[in-house]
Amino acid sequence: MHDVILPELGEGISKATVSFWYYNQGDEVKEGEDLVELATDKATFNLPCPKAGILAKINFNEGDSVKIGEILAVVDNSDK
Amino acid sequence: MNFEVYDLGLIDFEAARQKQREVFNEVKNRRSSSALIFCRHYPVITLGRRTDKRNILVSEQELSEKLVRVMRVERGGGATYHGPGQLTAYPIFNLNFFKKDVHWFLRQLENAVIKSLSGLGVSAARLPGLTGVWVNKEKIASIGIAVRNWITFHGFSLNVEESDTQNFRLIRPCGMDIKMTSLEAVLGEKIGFDVLRSSLEKEVALCMM
Repeated sequence: MHDVILPELGEGISKATVSFWYYNQGDEVKEGEDLVELATDKATFNLPCPKAGILAKINFNEGDSVKIGEILAVVDNSDK
Repeated sequence: MNFEVYDLGLIDFEAARQKQREVFNEVKNRRSSSALIFCRHYPVITLGRRTDKRNILVSEQELSEKLVRVMRVERGGGATYHGPGQLTAYPIFNLNFFKKDVHWFLRQLENAVIKSLSGLGVSAARLPGLTGVWVNKEKIASIGIAVRNWITFHGFSLNVEESDTQNFRLIRPCGMDIKMTSLEAVLGEKIGFDVLRSSLEKEVALCMM
């Protein structure tokens, strides 16, 4: 299992809003492909998938606010 | 600083997006440090993947009569409009070589636009809490930046000709009721795209030093 964590985004940015998920829970995901779009009040960030596997769990829905360092999702890479 | 500059002229939105992807990959693969792509688009309304179509305020027939296409693009956010009377710039900058801070990058872009406008005698500013560049509380430039692997894409559009500003009335931009203005409206005359392009190129270079 691999946690997808919201990384540091820049000075003064402590949180972001989930704009949309490119995949649904249960979908197969590939390493490096866009997984989720996050938005601050000024910019959007496309977070690439850190590992290939199955998107086992999405912890935040679209519109939810996420703090830096929180676990956005879990990728099950046990078959890889 | 050095960066590649592309001028795509008047180009279809999708073709420009393809070019943006190509340049993004070149920057990502370190074949190019950074790039600034200039273009103008044929009239198009773009919607985020989940933007409510009710943000388009007119009928499909009216859009068709005005030759305005509607495209859904893979992004969040609201509805926006691009047209040939705007100068659109897509900065593809690898922030790993500058500062890994997107808000800093946005401020540099806003500064570059504000300084370019100042060179034309237009006093423009930021408005607290809102994106873009404003003249007397009317929006003259829209900014929408996306970042992937600390490389930026998308960018900003400066309203140059008044005809396109009229077309913003077709939508509720970014889900907000805001008033748009243009350089033509502010100055009372048309400004050449070439003049603006070279001024923006110079100011972006200075702001990113």
